[in-house]
Amino acid sequence: METILKVDKIEKYYGSRSSLTKAIDNISFEVEKGEFVAIMGASGSGKTTLLNCISTIDKVTSGHIFVGGMDITKLKGNSLNKFRREELGFIFQDFNLLDTLTAYENIALALSIQNTKVSEMDTRIKKVARELDITDVLKKYPYQMSGGQKQRVASARAIITNPKLVLADEPTGALDSKSAKMLLERFQYLNQELLATILMVTHDAFTASYATRVIFIKDGKIFSELRRGEDTRKEFFDRIIDVVTLLGGDLNDAL
Amino acid sequence: MMLCKLSFKNIRKSFKDYAIYFFTLILGVAIFYVFNAIDSQTVMINVSSSTKEIIQLMNQMLSGVSVFVSFILGFLIIYASRFLIRRRNREFGIYLTLGMSKRKISAILLIETLLIGVLSLVVGLGLGVVLSQFMSLLVANMFEADLTNFQFVFSSSACIKTLGYFSIMYLVVMIFNTVNISRCKLIDLIQANRKSEKVKMKNPYVCIVVFIISAIFLGYAYWRVTGDVESMAYAGEILVIMAIGAISTFFIFWSLSGLLLRIVQSNKRFYYKGLNSFILRQISSKINTTVFSMTTICLMLFITICVLSSALSIKNSMTANLTTLAPADIEIDKNLDLVPNNRVTEAQAEDSHLSVRETLERMDFDVDAYFKDIVDFNVYATNDLTIRDTLGSSFEKIRNQFPNLMYDSAEAIVRESDYNQVASLFHLEPVHLEDDEYVVIADFDSWVMIRDEALKMGESITLNGNVYYPKYEECIDGFLEMSSNHINTGFFVVPDDAVDESIRAQNILIANYKAETDEEKQEIEDKIVQLDNHPYASSTTISASSKIAIYEGSVGLGACVTFIGLYLGIIFLISCAAILALKELSESSDNRERYTMLRKIGTDEKMIKRALFRQIAIFFLFPLVLAIIHSIFGIMFCNFILETFGNEQLLYSIIMTAIFIIVIYGGYFLVTYFCSKNIIRAH
Repeated sequence: METILKVDKIEKYYGSRSSLTKAIDNISFEVEKGEFVAIMGASGSGKTTLLNCISTIDKVTSGHIFVGGMDITKLKGNSLNKFRREELGFIFQDFNLLDTLTAYENIALALSIQNTKVSEMDTRIKKVARELDITDVLKKYPYQMSGGQKQRVASARAIITNPKLVLADEPTGALDSKSAKMLLERFQYLNQELLATILMVTHDAFTASYATRVIFIKDGKIFSELRRGEDTRKEFFDRIIDVVTLLGGDLNDAL
Repeated sequence: MMLCKLSFKNIRKSFKDYAIYFFTLILGVAIFYVFNAIDSQTVMINVSSSTKEIIQLMNQMLSGVSVFVSFILGFLIIYASRFLIRRRNREFGIYLTLGMSKRKISAILLIETLLIGVLSLVVGLGLGVVLSQFMSLLVANMFEADLTNFQFVFSSSACIKTLGYFSIMYLVVMIFNTVNISRCKLIDLIQANRKSEKVKMKNPYVCIVVFIISAIFLGYAYWRVTGDVESMAYAGEILVIMAIGAISTFFIFWSLSGLLLRIVQSNKRFYYKGLNSFILRQISSKINTTVFSMTTICLMLFITICVLSSALSIKNSMTANLTTLAPADIEIDKNLDLVPNNRVTEAQAEDSHLSVRETLERMDFDVDAYFKDIVDFNVYATNDLTIRDTLGSSFEKIRNQFPNLMYDSAEAIVRESDYNQVASLFHLEPVHLEDDEYVVIADFDSWVMIRDEALKMGESITLNGNVYYPKYEECIDGFLEMSSNHINTGFFVVPDDAVDESIRAQNILIANYKAETDEEKQEIEDKIVQLDNHPYASSTTISASSKIAIYEGSVGLGACVTFIGLYLGIIFLISCAAILALKELSESSDNRERYTMLRKIGTDEKMIKRALFRQIAIFFLFPLVLAIIHSIFGIMFCNFILETFGNEQLLYSIIMTAIFIIVIYGGYFLVTYFCSKNIIRAH
């Protein structure tokens, strides 16, 4: 299997020498092509910092991150932007759709900043809309859509460029349980049928149970790791809950 | 104390928003001071007493204009502060939920306004004092006077006036803010940020219809002030036309705001290229709500352009014509054979039988000692030859066009030989008439038009039973009386024997001074001015116009108009630009998240900057373009109205106006762009 993401001994410190906070303390892991990985941890565990570092929104203090063999910690300026728009797809907790644009235009924007041909655009958008079941809302503005629809539009925008890696930051955080379930099923579909590689940060065990692998983080370190293997989602969920209980702390509240 | 601290911190924090507001206030204060201090700047230039009078008149006019200006600035300040406060609704909401009373919030605002006010006044006055030193140079240049001894001038009266006016403005703002705060509800404040971004799409067909209708109305207004301008019967009509123009402008913006997006969207290749869809959506999401302010700004720009270009051309065209329009040193005239009535005294009637030369001699002025190249002649007039008579068959048509002219006043008539003497002194073409011919001399364009109509028809005139026919089919360019403009409405030159002394009406003496240098000429001029104090002066209706007086008069008047135009133009420009800049800056802070999002999905920094630049540029250009189109017709109309001033200098003034707009409006645009770039910059 091809390694899409390789995180190599990264550290991220905040603050001055006198009051040093280690948000990430020597984390290493790899994500293979076609994997659906969830990163779980309580708030303050460093999971969002980790995602920010991978998505090049934040910089690591030390260590390296390789995406498709390229060391992204060395990237600067416009090559960073180029990397972001060509190799990554983003899904945010608060959707981050442009409220002035329709769903269609929001999705198209990801393509047009890559200078994709207009003729090609339409077929691709229609296709991804079918896959994410948002064909009906393409003409609508974000304020006319439900949260679940918005998040699926955001997902469509994230994957339409065929990124190497889709990064999702608490994608179900702002959704009700029904919408969350629907979204996650779509994620599963994207992962299994289209072989999209997804890295998702969450503190919700239910959400994490849709992944093929779960990495637990505590105090900036990897605490443990679970692989789904041949388990059903329900079985996997129970195993995740076990680890969560073991982890203790805030994450218990999420149950 | 805590309130003070909050105010200070608020100002510091929102400095990015405040900067351009603050900058505008400083400019406003400085300009206000500069134009009110012209008074004191003129003390050090060396000008004659008549110019001093004009300067005094100008100062009175400038202070009148200052009241108007203070209203404009007042509205600008209220608009801006309301705008800035609205942006802070959430902050006030938090204060209120924390239990702060509305009175305390008002107090915070009060302190803020006070701080900004005091600061802007101090800085603005400082800037004004410095700028007004340069103003002296401009004043001296405008009045074509020497700067005798340059000295640093501080006008305490202008300073006090500025302080007074702006204090009142700030006071009004404070009251306004307090009322505003006391009226608002907590729920609105808290939810202020959760604005529903509803993009209302207007019905495109309605838009097209509205656009076409308003374009037609606008075209009609344009046509009325240019092609059809002759038929404008009374001055009030222009107000109606301007109202039509203003309303059509509003609807043009209204319909365009609905159409723009659709038009561009129909070109998919362009719309989906780069950030184009984003830029267009940004603009159209705002344009729906900013139609009104766009209209206001467009109209203000239009007025600015017209005022500036007209004001700038007047001064130059007024002086440019002078060498041809005032060719001799002096021209003295008096009406002859007056009958005593309530306006004419017995003594004046008595004197009116004398010639100019005789009257001058009675005033102990030796004509031959001071004057050379003397031309002395009579002008004739008779009720047998009125304007109505000279128009003949074209009278009805012309009366329909110009119902308000005095068609029954007698025409002026000059003998051929007299006119040729004047012509040679004035460097005009002489005329040569057959026994039954006449010519009309005129240089006032609209009168030339009227008279040409009659001349083309070959209308004859009758004097003493003899009939005379026009020699030419049009008027001859020329004049009898020296003045600063082309104001000769026309007089008739006829063969010498066509008139006799029984209908003489006016005696005119034209001459040059017997002097070589300007100083000597000025001495003779002074002597003539002194004649006014002679005991005989009250018993004569003699009046003189000299080259020097005409020159000073037009220089002064031109300068006067220029200063007022500059004053109003600059204030208008600043106001427009500041409103736009404030709007755009606040948009930029609202849009910060959108740009952050663009960055997150990997948009190049260059692309983002270009998008921001285009967005702001379109917003600044949109009203300007329409204003320029308006102005083309507006300037044509101004030119028609101010025709007496000549239009030779139009190009110069348009270039100057363009420079003003580019510097001030463009400057605001650039500042807005750089500030916005700062606001949306990644952290």
